[in-house]
Amino acid sequence: MPRLSRWMIRAALVYLWAGITIGGLLLAHKGVPLHPALWGWLPVHIEFLLIGWVAQLAMGVAFWILPRYWNKPRRPRARLAYLAFWLLNVGIGLVTVYLLRLAERPYLLAGRAAEVGAVLLFARHAWGRIVSREGLG
Amino acid sequence: MPKLTRWYLKSALVYLAAALLLSLALALPPSLPLPAFIRAMNPAFFHLFLVGWVTQMIFGVIYWMFPIISRARPRGNEKVGWASYLLLNGGLLLRVAAEPFLTTRPQANVGWLLVGSALLQWLGVTLFVYLAWPRVKEKYRGE
Repeated sequence: MPRLSRWMIRAALVYLWAGITIGGLLLAHKGVPLHPALWGWLPVHIEFLLIGWVAQLAMGVAFWILPRYWNKPRRPRARLAYLAFWLLNVGIGLVTVYLLRLAERPYLLAGRAAEVGAVLLFARHAWGRIVSREGLG
Repeated sequence: MPKLTRWYLKSALVYLAAALLLSLALALPPSLPLPAFIRAMNPAFFHLFLVGWVTQMIFGVIYWMFPIISRARPRGNEKVGWASYLLLNGGLLLRVAAEPFLTTRPQANVGWLLVGSALLQWLGVTLFVYLAWPRVKEKYRGE
């Protein structure tokens, strides 16, 4: 498993754990009220689990297992994928800061733009690796 | 494919079918006489899909395909894996039953069931993260 995949998958596991912790608190709060401010964390629960966990895990696994080239660099344009990792996680951070009402709407826009940029960069990296055994795209 | 993976994947497929069946019921026109219990299952639908299907499918594949730790203990402590599976599924099923019940009968004193469900699912995921973490590594190349 390459280094970038290890970073992405470990980050995804951290988001899974954080997301399920928030989700667990929300569910418990639904049954036995704990604190009225807890519902404000619902969008963060969703952000962590959909973007931080599912999307990031898929990207990390794709970087690892998609077909590699015969010649070096075996994973082409890997820098784009590394940049995608940083952009995605900065994006999640900015969106989270907004969702917790610690910042204004520009943070949300910047965060979503970073997430979109991350996905486009990752897609650019992965596109050429989505091929048949004969190398047909 | 290890036995635990087979259980994860087959359970995931059952949850997918159940979630989509439930979504079909929820899509029926409000004029149809559907039990209030079913109408209150929107959160259950999302979690059957995302926890029951998506997350369990991922867990099963991770347990199967991630690099092994060593030849002696390829996938770590299998008992931890089974505990994770049982806790996650027990918690999810408890939620699916208790949440609509609480919504339709708020006077019933069963809120603690949701606390139990939350705790079971949290423990299940925590154990799985603990099990998977050491397998996020380079390919095993011998001792």
